[in-house]
Amino acid sequence: MNSMIGATATGVPSWLRSHEDAQARLPGADRPWLCERRAEALAAFAASGLPTRRNEAWKYTDLKALGSVPLMPAVTMPEPATACPVPTVLADDDVAARLVFVDGRVRPDLSHSRDLPAGVVFADLTAGLSRHEALLEHCLGHRNGITGRSLLALNTAFMDGGFMLRVPRGVRIAKPIEIDRLSGQARGSDGAPLAHHPRIIVWIEDGAEATVLENWAGGGDAVYFNNAVADVWVGNAARLRHYRLQDEGAAAFHVTTLRAEVGRDGDYETFSFSTGARLSRLDADIGLAGTGAHVGFGGVFMMRGRQHCDTTSVIDHHVPHTACREVFKGVIDGNARGVFQGRLVVHPGADKTDGQQSCRTLLLSDGAEIDAKPELEIYADDVKCSHGATAGQLDDNALFFLRARGIDERTARRLLIEAFLADALDQISLPALRTRLTERVEEWMRDRREEHE
Amino acid sequence: MLEIRNLHARVQDAEILKGLDLSIGPGEVHAVMGPNGSGKSTLSYVLAGRDGYEVTEGTVRFRGRDLLELDPEERAGEGVFLAFQYPVEIPGVANTTFLRESLNAVRRYRGEPELDAIKFLKVLRERARKLGVADDMLKRAINVGFSGGEKKRNEVLQMALLEPALAVLDETDSGLDVDALRTVADGVNALRSPDRSMLVITHYQRLLHYIVPDVVHVLMGGRIIRSGGAELALEVEEKGYGTYVGEAA
Repeated sequence: MNSMIGATATGVPSWLRSHEDAQARLPGADRPWLCERRAEALAAFAASGLPTRRNEAWKYTDLKALGSVPLMPAVTMPEPATACPVPTVLADDDVAARLVFVDGRVRPDLSHSRDLPAGVVFADLTAGLSRHEALLEHCLGHRNGITGRSLLALNTAFMDGGFMLRVPRGVRIAKPIEIDRLSGQARGSDGAPLAHHPRIIVWIEDGAEATVLENWAGGGDAVYFNNAVADVWVGNAARLRHYRLQDEGAAAFHVTTLRAEVGRDGDYETFSFSTGARLSRLDADIGLAGTGAHVGFGGVFMMRGRQHCDTTSVIDHHVPHTACREVFKGVIDGNARGVFQGRLVVHPGADKTDGQQSCRTLLLSDGAEIDAKPELEIYADDVKCSHGATAGQLDDNALFFLRARGIDERTARRLLIEAFLADALDQISLPALRTRLTERVEEWMRDRREEHE
Repeated sequence: MLEIRNLHARVQDAEILKGLDLSIGPGEVHAVMGPNGSGKSTLSYVLAGRDGYEVTEGTVRFRGRDLLELDPEERAGEGVFLAFQYPVEIPGVANTTFLRESLNAVRRYRGEPELDAIKFLKVLRERARKLGVADDMLKRAINVGFSGGEKKRNEVLQMALLEPALAVLDETDSGLDVDALRTVADGVNALRSPDRSMLVITHYQRLLHYIVPDVVHVLMGGRIIRSGGAELALEVEEKGYGTYVGEAA
């Protein structure tokens, strides 16, 4: 395995070698259609390598550090970790189903699907391949798009340890489905860090409803790479609430490529709460494809130390009468850096589009940095679009007011930061999660304080 | 209660207070009147401990302690209360949450037990009712969407909860119509007591018609240039600050 060390800047040769090692063990190694798809994707990745800053979409996020890490596909990992406790978000009684992965491997002992209505397909990728192969082939074939998207191609080539969810027409799942992923517990042979390429497929058919909560956790400071791809379809008059908590380990790399399409009168609400990883990126491509479609795209990121968090998105309004509300809030401390690139495109004919986008950042230190690039591209008439990005510090007047009322400086700062984040967190229509995230904000403030002492 | 001796203070490079002396006894209500730029707000911020207001000379003793060495929150704990000229709006922090944090912080400082949510709400409702503060003002974010009068009533409510030994009222009349002014003044007057001193800072005599002071001081050019009884306020109103220009020099 030592031969993998010495990767080039773009990492191509080592990835090719590790694919050779891994391919026999990847899910669906005996399915020609999937092997073909993987081979095609690997060739596409080999042609471009990891994205570099010469690529406009990656101008502010440098994966060079990732290219120099000798990563090993998790599927080749000799011994999965078993003893470690897995952090969860909602209680077992409050979820319809739970799927737990530790270092990319399913933990059936911690997973259940006791409250899923009949007809719902919910399975990890391996189980999905054996029981719902046609459905998986259909979903993967429906949206390929690997050209020019090397991390997506890389995911397809190594795809392992994801899940698929299909909610049939008209079926409403009342409770959320929680997917807990704990990474960074085990290492590959020779101690090599692991790479995971989970593929997430969520298909909410017409009139159906579901809530999905992805919980990405990583205790400790092991290096690893989560290269996820989420493919989401929200059908006509369907509703999906999709929450993502990214609290990866301190030395982890996390990239999620999210592609979603929302049908007529469909409602897709997605919210990302990011506090973890050394480097993380959400790369979202959301299309409003049916009249009356609505998208809520929001998030909170809290970064410190030398963390780097990138949110890059393209929201496409293809047809008339669609609405998108995008609200991101960031809190950046230390020498951490945030990136927000948000493009909102109103295509020809997409009249009466209502698009709002904002990213507001609070910089808590001199070394904190935010690069915000909101963009509007409008090719239709009669639209209502706005965007804005602001960066600022805590309001001195407010801070003094609270202190003059006896509240110590730390508490005053915490109150103001919580207040700053409040309207972003208010976008979450799942009360138990909102409460949990408010606690996470408090924990973050406490950790920050300890770090400063 | 409060002893200010030869106080000099600067904001950035400008010296604003230039040797101010002021002494307030327990239960006394003093008014400081002055034109724009005379140093009124600087005086209130220096007493409350705001950053950026640098004391270059002089002393401020409060109940025997050196006030200037304390942080703003410690001064609040000691019993200094500044009613802001422009109360700050803080979206996202519920007024009730803030009031409870504030009261419990001050109680902790004073070695008193904190109030739990139920006890606190009881105290809050009782004080709020007396001041005509509606329930929805307590639920809303701090001062957000409040009228000028509601903001000032909210300040008086904070004062009623924290029970300070010294209340500094910085231009409490600004932005208030006559009715609102009367309501706020009634609230302040209800808090007058033999062990609570007040320093009422104002440009106009109008406020002193409602909150009648024991002593009136005229502040000009960063110093107190004239002191007298309540009748001095009427004289200022009648003659204007221009009369005292020579005395300030």
